[in-house]
Amino acid sequence: MLIEVRHIHKRFGPVHANDDISLTFPHGRIVGILGENGAGKSTLMKILSGYQSFDSGEILIDGQPVDYRGPLAAIAHGVGMLQQDPLDVAAFTVLENFVYGMPGGLRIPRRAARRRLAELTERLGFALDPEMPIAQLSIGQRQQLEIVRLLALGVKALILDEPTTGISAEQKAILFDALRQLAEHDQMTILLVSHKLEDVIALCHEVAVLRAGRLVGCRAMPATTSELVTMMFGQELPPVDRQSADVSAAPNVLTLDRLHLRGKRVTVADLSLQVKAGEVIGLAGLDGSGQELLLRACAGLLKPLHGRVIVGGEDLTGHPYRDFLRRGVAFSAAGRLEEGLIAGLTLTEHIALVTETGTLVDWERARRRTSDQIARYNVRGRPDSPVETLSGGNQQRLLMALMAEQPVLMALEQPTRGLDVDSSRWIWQQLLARRERGAAILFSSSELDELVTYSHRILVFYAGRVYPVDAARTTIDELGRLIGGHLDGA
Amino acid sequence: MNNELLNTLNSIVANATPLVIASLGETITERAGVVNLSLNGSIILAAMVGFVAALVTNSALVGVLAAMFIGMLVALLVAAAAIELRQDQVAVGFVLTLLAADLAQFLGQSYTRIPGPQILNTPLPLLSDIPVVGPVFFRQTILVYISYALVIGLWYWLFRTRPGLAHRAIGERPAAAFARGTQVNRLRYIYTAAGGALVGLAGAAYSLSVKAGWATPPSMDGDGWIALAIVIFGGWHPFRVVLGAYLFSGLRALATVIQRTPGISIPIVLLNGVPWLLMIITLLLVSSGAIERLLRLLPRQVQGWSRNFLRSDPPAALGTRFEPE
Repeated sequence: MLIEVRHIHKRFGPVHANDDISLTFPHGRIVGILGENGAGKSTLMKILSGYQSFDSGEILIDGQPVDYRGPLAAIAHGVGMLQQDPLDVAAFTVLENFVYGMPGGLRIPRRAARRRLAELTERLGFALDPEMPIAQLSIGQRQQLEIVRLLALGVKALILDEPTTGISAEQKAILFDALRQLAEHDQMTILLVSHKLEDVIALCHEVAVLRAGRLVGCRAMPATTSELVTMMFGQELPPVDRQSADVSAAPNVLTLDRLHLRGKRVTVADLSLQVKAGEVIGLAGLDGSGQELLLRACAGLLKPLHGRVIVGGEDLTGHPYRDFLRRGVAFSAAGRLEEGLIAGLTLTEHIALVTETGTLVDWERARRRTSDQIARYNVRGRPDSPVETLSGGNQQRLLMALMAEQPVLMALEQPTRGLDVDSSRWIWQQLLARRERGAAILFSSSELDELVTYSHRILVFYAGRVYPVDAARTTIDELGRLIGGHLDGA
Repeated sequence: MNNELLNTLNSIVANATPLVIASLGETITERAGVVNLSLNGSIILAAMVGFVAALVTNSALVGVLAAMFIGMLVALLVAAAAIELRQDQVAVGFVLTLLAADLAQFLGQSYTRIPGPQILNTPLPLLSDIPVVGPVFFRQTILVYISYALVIGLWYWLFRTRPGLAHRAIGERPAAAFARGTQVNRLRYIYTAAGGALVGLAGAAYSLSVKAGWATPPSMDGDGWIALAIVIFGGWHPFRVVLGAYLFSGLRALATVIQRTPGISIPIVLLNGVPWLLMIITLLLVSSGAIERLLRLLPRQVQGWSRNFLRSDPPAALGTRFEPE
């Protein structure tokens, strides 16, 4: 199926999200849509799949102009979109989700649906249990279900929005194989939105690059990372050196002594660790492998079953979070709006919460401080903006602004999750400046290059087991294998 | 089995029926993501209107229909305020419950303590002759038989049909429902109205059968809140809801029996509190991890079914608004 968009415009208030975009997507090809956060790629994809209206321009399918409103109409024209967070119903089983939305009579044809589901999953190499509730599936499995569902609805073009965020390396390999098969064998049109260049390089036949709402370039693959980065940013970003500072002479800031940690799904046993001032330790692993337990234990948010947590020579095991804060431990959670910030409060109110210690708040002073911090941390937002109106990158900047000026230890859960290259680089500048002044950093991440670039040491977590890696000697490939559970082969 | 016991069981089923109907109605509404908190007032108003309409026309059927209409009307007010005017469903429902109850007492002033038409028992042929089960379940009014059909019908609708999937989906994740072509707000209107009609029917079941007649203060006052609690206790599942209603009615009957028995002196207040206590204990049991662990031991085929039956979470989008882009 040939999809063409011509002169698409879309404005959100003052923001020109899509500015005169014209593109052609031929069948049998996998096209990568690249761009920073806010470049307009998601908007364009939502327009193509009927989730978003547009101001002017037209969409043509196989040469015919189409006018569709709503995702269902788009599917009827053969265009289906897999959202970043798959739009399924958690209370349903796999089979119910598969059937829901398909035309048919009153009764659910369970047997026929089960057969169709098995047929499609088997062909694409997916594994889905029809009776499993969605709530128990991983994001990767939910994506598989959504793809199979869209195929069953007769979709001939598939749009995927950041499909590799939050899935394991194995699931990514399965997904990519399936997409290749759909493009080559079924001649489907596949559009992949991503900010991960390695995914685009691995999978796509062509790329289209958006910047600030405009189409800035199209090219056939293969291309190198630096060529793509140049297209995305207009210039090549300078490479960041690996961390190599010698910290062996520095004092210990954190000692973990035979720690036993229990989370909901995973248990970490007998973990001992010494962290020196100025050291950066990356925690690698799939979500929920135990990294977050360690980070929370370091910040006093999780009480260990056994073992001791010693911060700067003082045994703080079992002490409340407050004591950890007083000793200079800073923690930031992965869920920025869920745990880090308070949705509904403004930037000024956040600053006041941290800086105003008396009973009465001096709002004049708080607002002045907020303006200072906004300028200093380059936050795009006003003192009176509620925090939920900030973009992810700006929320992270605000979190940095709220953190202690000179912490002893920073425990950071995925500090750059969902941020584009530029924003995450800025965040790291700030973190490394604090490291220079003697802070130790423990951070978790799902980006392998980030782990390799910034860490002195990496701890790989797999199902609660911990495997130490020398960051200076490891490679991204090796790290990927370790995270997937091949701890012994390394 | 002795007759007195059978009679008691029969009256437990009869007395539970308005609760069954009202909580099934609320289940329909809440499964669609709307919470209609006006139950107590709606039931009272519908009971009054149903009784008066039946009295004036001398037709119980007209009374029933009028009561259903009133229940539907109040429910539509909740839906319109929530969907059209973007008001908080809980606040609107709460105000309406007070308003409807007062309105009923004001408008019904001149109809108190007058004998009126009643819906009488119609034993079902054959079925009523089954030992034990027959006298308990099948020597009842037509409203009781309707409640049986409603339980099974609603279960089948929710868990076995395609529209039932859409019904549950708009209460769980409206954005996903919208993406699959379901008209979320339209269906929410329809299910809120349907649920409200059943709430009205429950009112008629009081004033034309279980607590026949009209009085001030209304004799069924408070039962609407009980029905709301039963929906939660019932985990939004028709079978468990009906179980909850029967359990509650049974405990009430037990309290009366104990009260009448000479030699046992337990304060009546304490007895009246027992059903609530039991509900809290059951809820705690259901929402603790114990059941989930038990579930894993069951064969796979039963697991899906029993998971629906034992769940304790409300529909995920209950009480929220949905605005399509």
